[in-house]
Amino acid sequence: MTATTADQHHDHHPTGITRWLFTTNHKDIGTLYLWFSFTMFIIGGLMAMIIRSELFEPGLQFVDPLFFNQMTTVHALVMIFGAAMPAFVGLANWQIPLMIGAPDMALPRLNNWSFWLLPPAATLLIASLFVPGGAPAGGWTIYPPLSIQGGMGVDFGILALHMMGISSIMGSINIIATIMNMRAPGMILMKLPMFVWTWLITAFLLVTCIPVLAGAITMLLTDRHFGTHFFDSSGGGDPVMFQHIFWFFGHPEVYILILPAFGVVSQIIPTFSRKPLFGYTSMVFATATIAFLSFIVWAHHMFTVGMPLTGELFFMYSTMLIAIPTSVKIFNWVSTMWRGSLTFETPMLYAIGMVFLFTIGGFSGLMLAIVPADFQYHDTYFVVAHFHYVIFGGTILGALGAVYFWLPKWTGHMYNETLGKWHFWLTVIGMNVTFFPQHFLGLAGMPRRIPDYALQFAEFNMVSSLGAFLLGLSQIIFLINVLKTIKGGEKASDRVWEGSTGLEWTVPSPAPYHTFATPPVVK
Amino acid sequence: MSAEHGSYYLPEPTRWPAITSSGLFLLALGFIMLMNEHSVGPWFMIAGFLVLLYVIVSWFGEVAGESERGLYDSQVDMSFRMGMGWFIVSEVMFFAAFFGALFYARMLAVPWLSETDSLWPGFENVWPTAGPLGENYIGADAHEVASGQFASIGAWGLPFWNTVILLTSSVTVTIAHWALKEGHRLKLIIWLGITVLLGSTFLYLQATEYAHAYTELGLTLGTGVYGSTFFMLTGFHGLHVTIGTITLAVILFRCIKGHFTKDNHFAFEAAAWYWHFVDTVWVGLFIFVYVL
Amino acid sequence: MMRIWRSNRTRRAVAGVIAPIAVAAGTFASSAHAEWALNFQKPVTPIAHIQYDLHMLILWICVAIFVLVFGIMFYSLFAHRKSKRAHAANFSHSTKAEVIWTVIPILILIGMAIPSTQALIMMEDTTASDMTIKITGYQWKWRYQYLDNDIDYYSALETPRSQIENNAPKEEHYLLEVDKHLVLPVNKKIRLLITANDVIHAWWVPALGAKKDAIPGFINEIWTQIDEPGTYRGQCAELCGKDHGFMPIVVDAVSEDDFNAWVQNQTSQ
Ligand code: HEA
Ligand code: HEA
Ligand code: CUA
Ligand SMILES: [Cu+2]
Repeated sequence: MTATTADQHHDHHPTGITRWLFTTNHKDIGTLYLWFSFTMFIIGGLMAMIIRSELFEPGLQFVDPLFFNQMTTVHALVMIFGAAMPAFVGLANWQIPLMIGAPDMALPRLNNWSFWLLPPAATLLIASLFVPGGAPAGGWTIYPPLSIQGGMGVDFGILALHMMGISSIMGSINIIATIMNMRAPGMILMKLPMFVWTWLITAFLLVTCIPVLAGAITMLLTDRHFGTHFFDSSGGGDPVMFQHIFWFFGHPEVYILILPAFGVVSQIIPTFSRKPLFGYTSMVFATATIAFLSFIVWAHHMFTVGMPLTGELFFMYSTMLIAIPTSVKIFNWVSTMWRGSLTFETPMLYAIGMVFLFTIGGFSGLMLAIVPADFQYHDTYFVVAHFHYVIFGGTILGALGAVYFWLPKWTGHMYNETLGKWHFWLTVIGMNVTFFPQHFLGLAGMPRRIPDYALQFAEFNMVSSLGAFLLGLSQIIFLINVLKTIKGGEKASDRVWEGSTGLEWTVPSPAPYHTFATPPVVK
Repeated sequence: MSAEHGSYYLPEPTRWPAITSSGLFLLALGFIMLMNEHSVGPWFMIAGFLVLLYVIVSWFGEVAGESERGLYDSQVDMSFRMGMGWFIVSEVMFFAAFFGALFYARMLAVPWLSETDSLWPGFENVWPTAGPLGENYIGADAHEVASGQFASIGAWGLPFWNTVILLTSSVTVTIAHWALKEGHRLKLIIWLGITVLLGSTFLYLQATEYAHAYTELGLTLGTGVYGSTFFMLTGFHGLHVTIGTITLAVILFRCIKGHFTKDNHFAFEAAAWYWHFVDTVWVGLFIFVYVL
Repeated sequence: MMRIWRSNRTRRAVAGVIAPIAVAAGTFASSAHAEWALNFQKPVTPIAHIQYDLHMLILWICVAIFVLVFGIMFYSLFAHRKSKRAHAANFSHSTKAEVIWTVIPILILIGMAIPSTQALIMMEDTTASDMTIKITGYQWKWRYQYLDNDIDYYSALETPRSQIENNAPKEEHYLLEVDKHLVLPVNKKIRLLITANDVIHAWWVPALGAKKDAIPGFINEIWTQIDEPGTYRGQCAELCGKDHGFMPIVVDAVSEDDFNAWVQNQTSQ
């Protein structure tokens, strides 16, 4: 426990439960994050299955409307705060020290705390389902006054969000400190791998936005229990004020979800194109521009609340601007592949799939940004389709690709390529069958967050549900593949991929418990 | 440190974070129960709080010990600095949410409400306000004041003196820092002691102000959006002053014990940074909550 | 380490998955209610027309860019495979190309912004209206007040529970039927004041292109002017609690004479 005994204990680290509970090792913590995230992915996914089962046919079949709303709300919270964000923090933990030649994260004890805040927080969130009144049911956006009406489950949700928020803030502080302070000699900022760059900028977004969410939900809590009137018009407050504060967090949040996935894709595509990333500098600036713009577009989620005309115009223009830096990224990836020497191992399939599907979601985002048209799209399944394309097609495919890409480095074994390809194709097909029809549903007039719908929406809903079941089942292949790879399999070489570049590929596979005790020198 | 780790200090496995989280979990659970009128709530909170207290003492104690034993090099020091700096950034954003609420309510929501005549006849765009239905809220907990009335706290009385106190304390902590860097231990202890005293005085005055507001002015958390923003901003600031004062007191204690050297005293600096941050927030509060 | 894409096997896998879904979908196409509606409902107001045109314009621009970009990408995936060209080129930037593909999107966006701005300005102009109706959202019904005619009533879901609980066959307007319709004259500029009494709702009728949040304590304004008589159906579009999915809106657009007769009838009751 103390530094004096440290010398004897280096190579045989503690085992059993305490190894995981007390660890300060970035690789252990990364593993913990990744498993936590996958568990949450299953839980959130099963909730999505309940949603899709209820929507399989018109009429109320399985759940009552209130429970349906709880499912929608908790599905989203679990997926975003439990699955998507921790997945990338896990990747950051594993990879950033390896990629910049650092012995560990800058603040290892804080790192352990960032992770171990999550299980209690998730417990609170899930427990809310079982308390009187049930879980939060006002949507993941927890708009008042509806969320003021809810029972004590809402308080569970708020406190869970507080804890997850602390976790994210601490995790990002650590990531910033690691990147700024722990780089190997010669690793200047403009040589950082893109994944590290995107995480640096993401961490900055997290440190600045999550506290704003904390402020918003704190006011919600005092409105609920301590007699304040922030969001109550009879006391001079305004429910829309909550929406402004929430989305000031919420919009940067969606880039928090996507930027690290952009980073992953920027690692994978050059590797399997055997060609350096096209336009590195512009990639860095595009990422920074996206981050900056993300702070001034929030009210595009609120075009129908009755803002003044100038406000709507401002937020429309600023939102449209985001297409520019994003397009730079898309074009750079395509140019990276151009005249490369391409192979299509599973990670590359995921990267290509990500670029393709994310762009579909990006385009529907652009359509949503057009205020007059958004008056029709808003709060319909068109929005649901949009964000599942960017989130599932972008964030989740990015994370899955990253796991295939680095799994050989983590475990020392190659995953099963056949299973990987099956997983990819079934996931991509399932995801499109699930979410593409939702565009049509939204355009035809189906509102979101409803447990039952009019008859003209029946067909596409059934297709969507079938796709969702396929999508869910396909993830079992992923689980099997990962478990098999951990157990054994073809030995992976240190470089793993023919086109690998970067420090993480210079250490053995599996990466030893301690790496870069003496920093490498980067030319 | 062994050569294997290079020069960067990598701590051994630690149990403090897991215990911290358990404490926080108990605290959160207890708080939820308290808010929903379950009588065991406070007990959970106390338990959680005690756990947290224990961890803070032990965890910080361990880090202080490592620091005193010279295990940290300048790179570790830099990690701590960055950590603290970005933590303060996140705190700034936390306050930004409440300042944002203040500006929004005052500049937009209240004027808009006064325009919707058919819903709130007679409601005027004035600040401070208890809102269109204000009278129904006031009086509930403030008995002395006639229904529909409340008074706000003027800037140039006690709040002004509090501003002076906090600004002075920012100066005294800086003098203490100079003394530390020059190696004047006694001077350090005296000026740091004065800082802690000033912080405590501020808190005492703030408490009397609150008591005055609640018992005589009819100004409570429930006094419409004005009361909400007023108490939320000053309350969270007060909480931060409390934390800052306790931290400075601990640092003072460590100074008395002979901790820190001329050029290795990050804990002192972190506490000072925090103190300056708390001060700056107060200046913002003084201007936007009291003066304007 | 490198493996070549086993295209046959993959293709068979794809077929195996799509087939059952296609069959399931096919059975539906023949069922009684099959609609498979792909796009907006038929617009019947100037606002809805503009939205429709704008929507299609942006959509086609996006589709064109998409086809272009991914046409190039798939060409590259096909032509620049390792099995075809063992050696990769080694270029990694081109300022000229990057400037071009930054400027062109900017121009396209400006092209989108201009008609959108014009449309928005037109939509927000609620002046010179012929009549005003105040709409208030409640959990879970709507209240309509004709401010010029002293008419005031509530309108709530009429679909019986038995249909919702699958104990009776679902009628054509399942979940989209209310006890009292909102009756509006055609060809009149009608100003709608929208507010709520408890939580936030949103009043939305797709064919009218009208959607606005109903926020307790505040009043929002929109306008509408219906071209054709008919019945138009919509729903509450902001999550408002357990029966959010069960507070539809039905608008009867009638000729001016019919409207006057209806007003007469209402006020004399
Ligand atoms: C990963 C998450 C993610 C990402 C990356 C995005 C990206 C974008 N989003 Fe999305 N969004 C969400 C997650 C995300 N969104 C979520 C969760 C919601 C719903 C929240 C809720 O209500 O619950 C939402 C809702 C949402 C709305 C509100 C809709 C409504 O409720 O009415 C809007 C409106 O403007 C919007 C816009 C955009 C835009 C313009 C982008 C842009 O960043 C997209 C940019 C990309 C492209 C444009 C494609 C690539 C570009 C090219 C190939 C170049 C050429 C292009 C042109 C010149 C046109 N989003
Ligand atoms: C990261 C974010 C994320 C992710 C990954 C997903 C994933 C999915 N989402 Fe979700 N979703 C949101 C974020 C996300 N969603 C948000 C923010 C909302 C808005 C909420 C709101 O309105 O407030 C939403 C809302 C939402 C709705 C609308 C609900 C409504 O409006 O009422 C629907 C409906 O179809 C849906 C479906 C799905 C489906 C089918 C998946 C699928 O991709 C899930 C697939 C995964 C699985 C099914 C798990 C796999 C595992 C197994 C099946 C089990 C294997 C078991 C063992 C090995 C033991 N989501
Ligand atoms: Cu009313 Cu939803
Ligand atoms: Cu957004």
